[in-house]
Amino acid sequence: MSDASAAPAASRLTPSTSGAHRAANIEGRSAGDRIYRWTTTAFAMVVPILLCVIAWEVFAAGWPALRQFGLGFFTTSDWDPVKGNFGAAPALFGTIVSSLLALVIATPLAIGVAVFLSEFAPRAMRQPVGFFVDLLAAIPSVVYGLWGILVLVPFLRAHVMPFFKDTLHLGATPFFSGPAYGPSMLAGGVILAIMILPYISAVTREVLVAVPRSQREAALALGATRWEMIWDAVLPFARSGIIGGVILGLGRALGETMAVTMVIGNRHEISASLLAPGYTMASVIANEFAEATSDLHVASLMAVGAGLFVVTIIVNVIARWLVWRTGGARPA
Amino acid sequence: MVRWSVLIALAAAAACGSNNSGAGSGGSASGGAPASRATGADLTGAGATFPNPIYSRWFDEYSHKAGVKINYQPIGSGGGIKQLQEQTVDFGASDAPMTDAEMAGAKGGPVLHVPTVVGVVAVAYNLPSLAQPIKLTGSLVAGIFQGQITKWNDTRLAAVNPGVTLPSADILVVHRSEASGTTYVFSDYLSSVSAAWKASPGKGKELQWPVGLGAKGNDGVSAQIKQTIGAIGYVELAYVTQNHLASALLQNSAGNFVAPAASAATAAAEAAAAKLPANSDYRVSIVDSPGAQTYPITSFTWLLLYKNQTDAVKAKKLADFVRWALTDGQRDAPALDCAPLPATLAARLTARVDSLATPGARATTASAR
Repeated sequence: MSDASAAPAASRLTPSTSGAHRAANIEGRSAGDRIYRWTTTAFAMVVPILLCVIAWEVFAAGWPALRQFGLGFFTTSDWDPVKGNFGAAPALFGTIVSSLLALVIATPLAIGVAVFLSEFAPRAMRQPVGFFVDLLAAIPSVVYGLWGILVLVPFLRAHVMPFFKDTLHLGATPFFSGPAYGPSMLAGGVILAIMILPYISAVTREVLVAVPRSQREAALALGATRWEMIWDAVLPFARSGIIGGVILGLGRALGETMAVTMVIGNRHEISASLLAPGYTMASVIANEFAEATSDLHVASLMAVGAGLFVVTIIVNVIARWLVWRTGGARPA
Repeated sequence: MVRWSVLIALAAAAACGSNNSGAGSGGSASGGAPASRATGADLTGAGATFPNPIYSRWFDEYSHKAGVKINYQPIGSGGGIKQLQEQTVDFGASDAPMTDAEMAGAKGGPVLHVPTVVGVVAVAYNLPSLAQPIKLTGSLVAGIFQGQITKWNDTRLAAVNPGVTLPSADILVVHRSEASGTTYVFSDYLSSVSAAWKASPGKGKELQWPVGLGAKGNDGVSAQIKQTIGAIGYVELAYVTQNHLASALLQNSAGNFVAPAASAATAAAEAAAAKLPANSDYRVSIVDSPGAQTYPITSFTWLLLYKNQTDAVKAKKLADFVRWALTDGQRDAPALDCAPLPATLAARLTARVDSLATPGARATTASAR
């Protein structure tokens, strides 16, 4: 958006520089052009202004909580609406862990789907399979949540959790300790993985298709197998685009609310175990906003919203940096 | 690229803005008229979700009977109180009485609390091996929900269930993840029977739970209990019936173990009402009422009305409706799994509704114009 708003600003400067009278005349000749330029500038400016206003509103509304608890708001685990103590560390932790878990599960799957569709799938299969994967993105979040409660959680509890705990003997490690009730960080991560998979795979497929044919042919001409061609020539070429897709998925996972709320167990507690219930920032807001009556409670929820805002901005910055870095290192 | 999450934040901000301003959807500060006119209803109300089934039934029946249309938004007790305070609705509804601070924040002056029906909260559990309902005392329920009793075959549970083979399963506590009137009533009960519970986590619509999982809504809690052997939770009576859950017999103040049922809840309300002074404001808790056949976890749910009405026409419609609800309307309660008010109390409340102050002639002509 900054590009869009910067361009008209730059062109506005040209008439004032000497020797550019002709350009000024050309530009000034048509009132329609000027109106058009100002209208588009206004449209372009609305979005960043709106964003700033919202950021300001969220921070201002959350300020009473941040003033009362300080930065301890994001490092303590107490969440006691009766006594008026609020600490968002479990929600912050849960947001990050569930999103990363989702990425760990979804990224290889999504890249696999994309590689298959762009490199291996028979032409007749590409469109329908791609369509169905994309369709995953169209399912409403609450439907994922219901499916999560009724199908995914019982399945995880009956098969996946015992597999990790007993078959792989991971029950003794902190990551799979404790009783397996079903609703858990693991369930939240898995449902998020399914939800972000279409985003990552759609972007990845587009970048893979955009890899020049010459790149593939060169690799094959050097005697590469098909696997080597994809792994050594195609994927590195598409790397920055794939990272972009992954970050898009991560952004979606961080903010996803309803489906996660329904399966994560909603417990204000930090636990290393993936089988234990957790919480996310978006879920806390969704759960508690409607009935939060004390001012401090409302302020605390807004502070959680502000925290989520900051987390997404940080992720965005890291993403841009990663894309920029890998983009620079792209093989020529 | 991460616009998705920004959008979530947007939504949160938008929700907050409207909440802070009292969700004023076109409501002017001068009176409640605009909101109702916009929807084509004669009266508008907002608040608690728990009584929504019976309120919907009432509003429907009453519109056929008296031709008065009432638009009710079940947005939650907190939202109902906020909208009443801002005078954007003609009446509010809440599962928890307004606090003194909330009463003071009401822009239209003193607020009358009128109990409409009695809600029943059941302690539901999933132990398929048990042939008959498990018996629990108040301190045992507190112990379970505090995480002190963690196994179903705990000796303390066995002591009140002689002759019953309790399984060795872990107890899984399920509670509401969002603030709710059901949680308020349940924690009100535990606070009144257990000093330890009263100290922490205490009483409220939302608590810091010592153990357990949070599930969203009565239906979420019911689903979680139904799916998990060894689970225990608290839900409104209707959800026990609908989901065929087992519910515990609770020991009442007379020492009897009583099943959750409408009749036992009405008995509790009757016993509690008998002790109320004539000038009671009815902001009272009726958990753990005296009496041999009373069920201990019961609560009023309230309609919230301004004592000083600003619109004579509306005031009459509102008072007529409430009188009808307290008499004929009570017959609908058992079918919807909430308990009717005891007849003596309903009569007292009807008299109370008569005390609604209608405005003088000037205000009447103003609204007629």
